[in-house]
Parts: sequence; C-alpha cells; structure tokens
Amino acid sequence: MATAQTEIKVTPEIAAEHGVTREEYARIQKILRRDPNITELGIFSVMWSEHCSYKSSKVHLKRLPTRGKLVVQGPGENAGVVDIGDGLVAAFKIESHNHPSFVEPFQGATTGVGGILRDIFTMGARPIAVMDSLRFGEITASLASGAEAPTTKGSGNVAAEAATHKTNEEEAAKNRRILDGVIRGVGSYGNCFGVPTVGGEVAFEPCYSQNPLVNALALGIARKEDLFFAKAKGTGNPVIYVGAKTGRDGIHGASLLASAEFTEESQQKRPNVQVGDPFMEKLLLEACLEAMKTGAVVAIQDMGAAGLTCSTCEMASRGATGIEIDLAKVPQRETGMSPYEIMLSESQERMLLVAERGREQEVLAVFKKWGLDATVVGEVKDGGLLVVKNHGKVVAQIPAHPLAEEGPVYNRPIAEPKARKESELDWFHFAADGTELTENFKKLLASPTIASKRWITEQYDTMVRTNTLAGPGASDAAVVRIKETKRALALATDGNGRWSFLNPKLGAMHAVAEAARNVAASGARPIAATNCLNFGSPEKPEVMWQFSQAIDGLSEACVALGTPITGGNVSFYNETLRKSIYPTPVIGMLGILEDASKVLKVAFRNEGDVIVLLDGSTSSKASHQAPPRAGKQREFSSSEYSKTIGGIVAGEPPAIELAAEKWVIDCLVTLAEAGTLQSAHDVSDGGLAVTLAESCFAAAGLGASVAVPEDVSAEYALFGERGARVVVSVSPEKLTALRNTARQYGVGAHEIGKVTGDNALRIEYKGHAVASSAVDTLRDAWSNSLQKTLKVQ
Amino acid sequence: MKFGVVVFPGSNCDHDAFHAIGHVLQKPVEFIWHQSEDLVGCDAIILPGGFSYGDYLRTGAIARFSPVMNAVEKFAKSGGLVLGICNGFQILCEAGLLPGAMMRNAGLRFICRHVHIRVEQTDSPFTCAAKQGQILKIPIAHSDGNYTCDAATLAELENSRQILFRYMTPDGLDDKAGNPNGSMANIAGICNRERNVAGLMPHPERAMEGALDSEDGIVVFQSMVGALVGAAKATA
Repeated sequence: MATAQTEIKVTPEIAAEHGVTREEYARIQKILRRDPNITELGIFSVMWSEHCSYKSSKVHLKRLPTRGKLVVQGPGENAGVVDIGDGLVAAFKIESHNHPSFVEPFQGATTGVGGILRDIFTMGARPIAVMDSLRFGEITASLASGAEAPTTKGSGNVAAEAATHKTNEEEAAKNRRILDGVIRGVGSYGNCFGVPTVGGEVAFEPCYSQNPLVNALALGIARKEDLFFAKAKGTGNPVIYVGAKTGRDGIHGASLLASAEFTEESQQKRPNVQVGDPFMEKLLLEACLEAMKTGAVVAIQDMGAAGLTCSTCEMASRGATGIEIDLAKVPQRETGMSPYEIMLSESQERMLLVAERGREQEVLAVFKKWGLDATVVGEVKDGGLLVVKNHGKVVAQIPAHPLAEEGPVYNRPIAEPKARKESELDWFHFAADGTELTENFKKLLASPTIASKRWITEQYDTMVRTNTLAGPGASDAAVVRIKETKRALALATDGNGRWSFLNPKLGAMHAVAEAARNVAASGARPIAATNCLNFGSPEKPEVMWQFSQAIDGLSEACVALGTPITGGNVSFYNETLRKSIYPTPVIGMLGILEDASKVLKVAFRNEGDVIVLLDGSTSSKASHQAPPRAGKQREFSSSEYSKTIGGIVAGEPPAIELAAEKWVIDCLVTLAEAGTLQSAHDVSDGGLAVTLAESCFAAAGLGASVAVPEDVSAEYALFGERGARVVVSVSPEKLTALRNTARQYGVGAHEIGKVTGDNALRIEYKGHAVASSAVDTLRDAWSNSLQKTLKVQ
Repeated sequence: MKFGVVVFPGSNCDHDAFHAIGHVLQKPVEFIWHQSEDLVGCDAIILPGGFSYGDYLRTGAIARFSPVMNAVEKFAKSGGLVLGICNGFQILCEAGLLPGAMMRNAGLRFICRHVHIRVEQTDSPFTCAAKQGQILKIPIAHSDGNYTCDAATLAELENSRQILFRYMTPDGLDDKAGNPNGSMANIAGICNRERNVAGLMPHPERAMEGALDSEDGIVVFQSMVGALVGAAKATA
C-alpha cells in the first residue's frame, strides 16, 4: 500500500488499491480537470469512503424524520442538538467503532469513545454521559454447554450461515478476550476523561463472533447561545491546529478498515487502528471550552475519521470558503512524514479551529495554559479551494465543496432474500400444561444477554460529576440531572439484531419503541433519537434490502412516537469471510424529566404493593382474544427463551402497534409526573418473568407473587416478548388513580399480583406455581453468570 | 472559613468536590490551579480525584512535583487541613505527606461501586462529627486503591490510631468480603501522625445527597467544618 511520496504516478490501479472505483476515479479527474497526484488521491479516497461519504446510505437516510419542535440541529453537524429548556440544549450522537475493536479491542473501544466525546465538545457542549451498545459473539462454546447452536429459520437468509454457526471453545475464548479488551477500553477512556459511563446494553449472538459491534453514544449540554458549528468563515482568519501531535497511526482507518469487509488478513490491519489518550482529551476538552469562551473562536471541528483531510474540507465546504494550510507547520510526532501521511493520519485528540484574525493570541494562550500544542497552520481563503502546501510548495489543490459534498451517491441494487418456507415443525414447541419451568427460568436468567452486566458496568465510573440519578440497571434508562435546573435527562439504547434479522423493518421499529419505552419507564418524555446502523456489505442486494427496510421501520416508528432522528452513523461492511452480521440498527433515545426528583426505578419498594401490567396493545383489550396458537408459536420462536432453551431462532418478531406504544409512553410519563408509581420496568428480553425477577433483584428482601393469563401457554405468558408492556408497582391506595390514568390513555391495567416480603418469586399459571424460587437463588444465577463464564474474579 | 480545591491537569472530581462544599454544605470554596503556589488564604485544601497528569508512570507520581504541592506541603507542615480523595490520596502518599503506597486493585480492574466503610477513629478533623464505629455507604472508583506499607508502618498506623476508615461489609464485619481492592488491613483512609493530613480512596463528595443514593459522605466535610470552627474559636 502506498504510504507514498508525491512523485508516485497515480493510475486507475493505484486508485483501486485505495478503494476508489474506475467511475469514482473518472469523477475525480472531472472535478480536478486533470489526474490527481498521490496525496490528492489519498484525500479523495478517504472523503469518498463509505465511512465518510455515506455513499450507499444517503439515498435511504433521506427518508428519516429529522425535524421537530425541539430540534436545534439535525444530521450534518458533529452531533444532533435539541432544546431541553431553561436556555439549555443537549448535543448527542452515537457512532460505531466496530472494525477497530475487532482488530485491537482495547484501542478500538477507547478511540470509539474518544471520537464521540470530541463530536460533542466540538459543538461547545460539555459531555455529561456516555453509553455503549455492544454486541459480541458467544462467550461459551455451544457444544460444551450441551446446547446445539440455534437453528435459524429466518426469512432474511443472508446471515443464515452466521446465525447457525456453532461456537467452539477456541472461538468462545477469543470472544471473551474481545469482550474484555472492549470493556477495559470503554472504561479506561471514560474513567480518565471524567465522564460517567451510565449504561447501554450488551448482547451476544454467534454472528458477531468475527465482527463485534462497539457503538458509543455521548451526551453533552451547553447554553443555546454558546453552541459552536464547524463552518469556516472570514477570509484571512487563521486556521489553528490544536491537541496531540500527528503520527502515522490510523492512516486509512476510515477507508480501508471501516469501509471494507474482513478477510483472513484482517489482523494485519492493526496499524490502521488509532491509539487513544484520554488524558490528552480531557485537557483538550477543558482548553476548547475555555477557548470558546474568549469569543475569538469562529469555528471548530474535531479531527476524527480522515483527520486533517476531513476537518479542512468540511469546514471550508460548510462555510462556502476555501482553506489553505501548510503541513510543515503541523506538529508531528514522527520525522519524515509525507504530505500523504499527514493528511490521512487519524491520530487522536486533535482539533482544527478557525479564530478571528488578530485575536489568535487569546486562543493560543488558553491552549498553552493547558500544556497543549496549538499552532497556526493556515488561513481561510476565498474561492472554495482546499490548498495543501508543504514548506510552501503546493502538494494538493482540490475544490472543497465537491470533495466534501459531491462524492458519489449510489442507489445500490436491492433484493429481498427469498423467504424460506417455514412450517410449524421449525418453530418452538410449547411445553405441556403443568410443566415446571423454574429450571428453564434460571437458565434464561443466566444467559449472557439477560444476565446482570454488573461485572461490566462496575469497571466504568458511573458516578463522576455527581449527576447520575439512575446508573446502569437502576432504571430502564440512565438518568442524569442537570445541576443548574430542576430537570434531568434520560438516555437509553436498544436494538435487537435477531429480530432485525428475522424482519428488518419490524426489528427497527421495535428498537425505536423499546428505547422510547425505556426512557418513559424512567419517568422521562422521549424527545429525540440518534441511530447507529450496523449492517453487512452494501454491495450485497440482500443487505441493501435489509437496510432499506430498517430505514422504513425507523422512520415509521420515529414519526409515530414523535422522536426525530438528529444524527448518527452508518456502519457497513460488517462481515467476515463474506458472512454478514445480523442487521443491527441501534437506537439511542433521549428524554426529558421535568422534575428530577421523580425518577422511576426498577426496584419494588414495599411489601403489599400491587403489581400491575400496563399493556397498550389493542389485542389485550379485545377480551383476551387469543390469536391462533401457531401465530404465538411463530412469534415466540424469535425470543431469547426460544434461542436459549429451545436452540431455535426462527419465525417473526412480535407484531408492533405503534399507537399502543405511544399510549403506554404517554401513560407512564403522566403516572410518573403524578407520583403514582412505586416502580416501573418494561417487558423485553426474557419476557414478563425476567422483568418481575429484575424488579425483585433490585430490592432488598422483597419478592413477588403473581398469576399470569391462562389463555396462552405458560411459556408464552412468562417469557413472550411482545412490546407495549410495562410492569409497574403501586401502593394499594393509589391503585384507583393508576386505573383512571391508564383508562384515560386507553392502556390496559391488569392487576397480576403483589409485592411480598418473603424474598420469594412465585409465578402461578392455572393454579400451579410454574416458576417459583427464593429470590436469592435466582439472583445468584443472574448476577454471577457473566463473571463465572468469563472465569474472572 | 474557605476551602480550596486543587485542579491538576487530569483532575476530574474537582467540580464534584466544589459542588459538595459550595452548594451542598454552602461553604466558601475556590479552585486552585496546579501551577500556583498561592493557596489564596484557604483554611483547608482538597486534592480531588481524577487522573492527574494521566496518572502516567504511577498514580500521583507526577502531580507531586506540581508547583502547588510545594505550597500544600508547607501548609500541611504548618498544621493546615489537607484532604486527599482517591487520586488525591495517591498524590499525598507519593508526596510523602502520608505513609504507604497504592498498588493495583487485587482484581486488576477498575472498580466503581458503593462500598461500606467503618469510622475507626473520631479524634481527627476529618471524622470528629462521626460516631465511633459508624458505617458509611460511600462509592469508590479507582484502579489503584490497594493500600500497602511495611509492617513497621502498619504497626505505627495502628498504634497512633491513624487508620480512620476501614472497608467493611454492610453489617460492619471486618472480613475479606468487605474489602473491594485487597487493601492491607482493609484500610480505606488514614491520616498522618499530626492528624491534619488525611487521605481516603472512597469519594465522600459523591455521597452528599439522597438523590445520589447516599448522604453518608457529608460527615467527612462536616467534621472538617467543625474542626475549622473549633480552631477559629480557640484562637479568638
């Protein structure tokens, strides 16, 4: 690969090595009206990479709803921004760092967190919380545990092979190492930087074995008038480089690592992974926010993917100006770096800013105070050209706008995968009535996806800044207060890859609905979303079909729930040896809690409280009109229970009723405001039984005695995962108020049992206790499983 | 009465300590930049948690050479109150203002969770408002909190009653289960022989409000306020 000097003669073949197609090369020639030199080719190749240009996703992303009353800044800036009242705004965004985290788990994860934090404080917002949505391959060998690898009967058969993949011990061990590295990486960065990592989710599926997903979300707040944008303005204004020195790390991180699938040689891409330094970033944060306060900063952008290339041409393009820089002035960590290398380096913890001419000393002084490099490397010019010099000699000259905005756009072929013929034989078969389910229940609680993530989240500083009102697991969403106001913000991430695989549109809708429901179950009103779309190769028509379907699902759900998408990230090429991951759209949902003292938590509170299942679905109101048994079977085959207990991944995710989801959300917010509830916990992975168990686990010494509906099979009643449902507890004297509010929103309020003081969970079906155990026994299975599996202290 | 919170590059609990003192306790408080040798008339100095200088080399190893530490050392030698929290404790050990050193946690991992500590001595400016044997629920958040020292130093710490806090199970049993990081003799916090310099790994400034799950940390700062008021009366 060319880490080349400018003398190298560029040919279409060298362009191909850069991932630039013949058509794209012709386009470059047309823009330049000549052949590019090697530096220019490098610049184009990163800017037009899938990762930076969104060339395969752009046509579809247009369908996402991005506007709303509270949206201050939609997609297109470093982060989305929404109005949260009291003159404050919240900036938030989620981004993937999947491939680097496979090649080098620790550094891949740290730089993922570092990158998203820079996106937030580049906007002038101080980061107040980080969340991570992680997916790994199975961490136990499927044969060792005695269970067969799940049989996949999905309609989207692109990933079928990956899904039926059996995990052997060697692979499981590797996945455990990846997990360990990623967790340490996420923790080390946030902990040192001083932002609480407040939660997220972690799930396991065989398809992520060679391609883990590391999606990091950051949230920050700023005063509305203090927001900064990345628009270079004012001819003659100096362009200032600040932060870490430029090295050879991360060259082609965006283009060759993030925008291509993995092969056998992928481990050799380790030099493409960047290295993070959270201490440097902490200094950069404080210095940038202080510099912004001087009033001498005109624009600022972080150097993330595609480093100096991306920051220069995007700032120029957005400001409709040109930028001229001289690379000789760029602080360098290594000697002898070529212009090509300097422009493409993805060294971390760097920023580019434009200052007001004549006031640059004020800006430079702030960075000096914090011990950071800050150097004037160029200036804003008229004429819209990005001019890169090295010791005064022009080494690249490209019109900034076409480079940043007129990259190729592909409307790639879409093909729905042939639906597999499924019959009842492929589906989960419910156990006969009267079957004792306690053992299966324990097994489910101990499955890595459902088990407590305490071992992971305790490695994160979840409390620094003393704003965390609900950290990991305490509530369905993480809740952080805003000290200077009465308000708090709630944040949740969700995305069920298995469901998106079985039905991409439905899976995407569920991701939005569940994230919003989780936010509402903390008492907050969901207001806006950010998305991270993790998919396979866009060059496969089946993957593009999944993508297009997912976008449709996201759009429909976000419109219905009134939560516009304010930004995010698309990650394609998540495949190894031509096997795609499950299509995995992950949603980060932001909510506002008007009164921070009214946070709802998962834990049951008092013996004698009534346990009520809030159910928005219309089917629940139609006098228990049970759909045919086969429908339930098909739906249940997509559940965590079906995978863990039956070894079956098939059928179709539960149908979704967006209106019902909205009713439940509105109902929860009203109940929280009125202070009616003692606890709230939504029904999701593992169904009602797991929800009840977790509400017991979070309380000391309490249990629950519950009876479930009898018109469906016991397993469906206990472990079915249909949406629009939340388990709440309420003191007996507030039961009427709860019923009245539920009725007002058209939500079913089914009294299913009571909180008990005997430390036992007892679930009754047709007069028998089908699942019954001391809470401590269940808690032990749930709480220590991950630690035992990982064989760590 | 005025508190000073030192800001090293990489301090990240500085604002939390500031908030705890200034907003929760409503006492005067100021930040002190690490390059300053002027403690601006503060009566008590807090070295906050975080990763001073990235904690490169060893936790607290670089911070002890900061200009501000010259002033802190003089202040401590003249009897001024100095409290090091987490990274601050590590810095005080490195600076020789407290005995002993920190090793990596026994499990070799960062741990963030609420722990229980028992107040071992109440005749210090940092514990005088607490009850002997009182159990406090206070969070820890560190990778290097495994306190160690030689046998002679430990004996001296015990003899001169310098161990202020020990990790405990919630019921106050001095057993291994209550020790989160392998710390010698379950030590969570100590003071110097003169009792005016103290360090503890748990973060009392994170346990000042019911909304954050515990108010048990208040007693540490209240003790300091009480000691300062007492000292002011004595000199008046």
